Amino acid sequence: MAAGKWLPSAQLTSSGRPVLLPGEVECSTLSSVDLECEENSNFPNFKSGVLILTTHRILWIDETNNKGAASIPLGAVTHIFSLKKSIKAMFGKPKVRFQVSAAADGRVDEKGSTSIVITLVLRGKSDPDVFYSRFWEVWRSRSWEVLNIAGDSDSRLERSGGSMEGSSVVRMPVVGISGILRKEQELWESTDKSLQDAFQDLNALMSKAKEMVMLAEKMRLKLLSGSTSQANAANDDDTGSKQEMQDWLLSVGIVSPVTKESAGALYHQQLSRQLADFVKLPLEKAGGMIALIDVYCLFNRARGTELISPEDLIQACALWEKFDVPVMLRKFESGVMVIQNKSHSDEEVFARIKSLALRPNALWTGINPSDAATTLGIAPALAKEHLLTAESQGLLCRDISPEGFRFFINVFKDIEPNNIYLVKEHGIYGTWVSATTAPG
Amino acid sequence: MQKLGDFKPPHFFNYPPYFTLQPLKDTQQKQVQLWKELILDYCRTQKIFVIGLEDDFPLFSNSAIERSLSHEARDIFLSGLVSDGRAEWMDKGHKKCLILWLRIQDWADCILRFVKDNGLEDSVMTVEEIRSGIESQGTELHGMDRTVLMRALRMLEQKGKLAMFKGSSADDEGVKFSA
Repeated sequence: MAAGKWLPSAQLTSSGRPVLLPGEVECSTLSSVDLECEENSNFPNFKSGVLILTTHRILWIDETNNKGAASIPLGAVTHIFSLKKSIKAMFGKPKVRFQVSAAADGRVDEKGSTSIVITLVLRGKSDPDVFYSRFWEVWRSRSWEVLNIAGDSDSRLERSGGSMEGSSVVRMPVVGISGILRKEQELWESTDKSLQDAFQDLNALMSKAKEMVMLAEKMRLKLLSGSTSQANAANDDDTGSKQEMQDWLLSVGIVSPVTKESAGALYHQQLSRQLADFVKLPLEKAGGMIALIDVYCLFNRARGTELISPEDLIQACALWEKFDVPVMLRKFESGVMVIQNKSHSDEEVFARIKSLALRPNALWTGINPSDAATTLGIAPALAKEHLLTAESQGLLCRDISPEGFRFFINVFKDIEPNNIYLVKEHGIYGTWVSATTAPG
Repeated sequence: MQKLGDFKPPHFFNYPPYFTLQPLKDTQQKQVQLWKELILDYCRTQKIFVIGLEDDFPLFSNSAIERSLSHEARDIFLSGLVSDGRAEWMDKGHKKCLILWLRIQDWADCILRFVKDNGLEDSVMTVEEIRSGIESQGTELHGMDRTVLMRALRMLEQKGKLAMFKGSSADDEGVKFSA
């Protein structure tokens, strides 16, 4: 894609979702957006793509071509023009224009000496004013710069605590127990302030979301290790409240959940792509097939907040048919729904089941879902689905008894009704007869 | 196997799924066929004419593998024989089934052969004598079920091969074979 020449390119996952930088959070997603540059006649056509505004960059993704994505670092934006309210603007499509630093050759560059103007043409159904105000907010908060500051969390907390003067806080010398106590005290004070500010203003909370998660993580670690300093010992009442606290804290998972707010009308599409990415690792661990109900639990647990409903999940999976993702939803005859890799092969599973059913002990006593689960490396409930499917293909026969539900290799196929005493030499029936009539 | 006397069933009698009604259509079809053949075979060799579904019919269970047929399965297999004309339900509730390991027509032929072999044309015999007399010993007629015998005789009567009449004793009937 020609973007690479003028704009830094952006990495995409195999499902077409952007690979986010550490600490990068999505704020807004729009569809059908054109990206233009007036001064540069060589600028390629970025027509009707998906625009994602994050705390660090503006991303433009071409949905028809999974390999193409361009980005503009917010650090390179030098000025955002106000939205035109002229009559001309009313009849045309809404446009958002901003100035970006560029190098002499016209390539976008944060440290560039010259500048160019980029125009976003919003052809979709989104509200330009909402996007515009988000753009301003996110550009002003300069979240990308937090990354550049090396060092401990104390300075970061103080920085975004907002009410501390600049970043030059006078520190008392750290000496002995009192030094430690003072340090802890300062930390708790700034944490407290940070929490107070956050809870007063929900907008601010959203931008502090990442910090909240980090704080939660720190607190969890502190509780787990137990504390040695006097100050904290006074705060822990008993192990009961400690346990309660632990239970409250959520595990840190996806930092940038796709929410109805940030993706609007594209909610299900973006959710669908994010789900496809998320499900890869659990799928591998589960041997290539995982029950939908398990995915529902895992996905919501990782999201932490902004939980999705079961309907959302099913819709997201249903959308996979439209995209080129490596996973698919499958419904068994019994009604059980699973997610499996597209590359999953039923034939291969049947071959493994067949060889399992032909083993000597299996010829004597058959196989049950546990045996199959062990051999196939998947959950017993899913193994049973495979056995039932193999049965429906005529590969196995069921045996129901007080001992339970078992399957045997199908020998009926080899037997002639007109000659029921005949055992053909070569054939599964013959194999079964030899194995089960031999002594011992 | 123990309860089957000297009858040696085929190997698949020890195959556990044989005793579970198979859900897959093709597999079930095969299973039904095998059971029909086995039932007929067993009844023929053991001279069994009636199977009671709720009875402990030896063929319907295999203690060696600890399996036995469900009531539903028994009904389905016997109904299969009925559809083939090799059995008849004796009651609406499907509690008893008459097994025709020889069809009525075949029995009729048996009787005609018996008549011919023994020169019984134009002579008289009681029904009871036909099935337990000295002449029938060694033939299939010996020890046969009375209901089935009557059916075969009635069929022959309709064809004019014989005539039936009430005998001297209250509960016995006689047969006069045609010339």
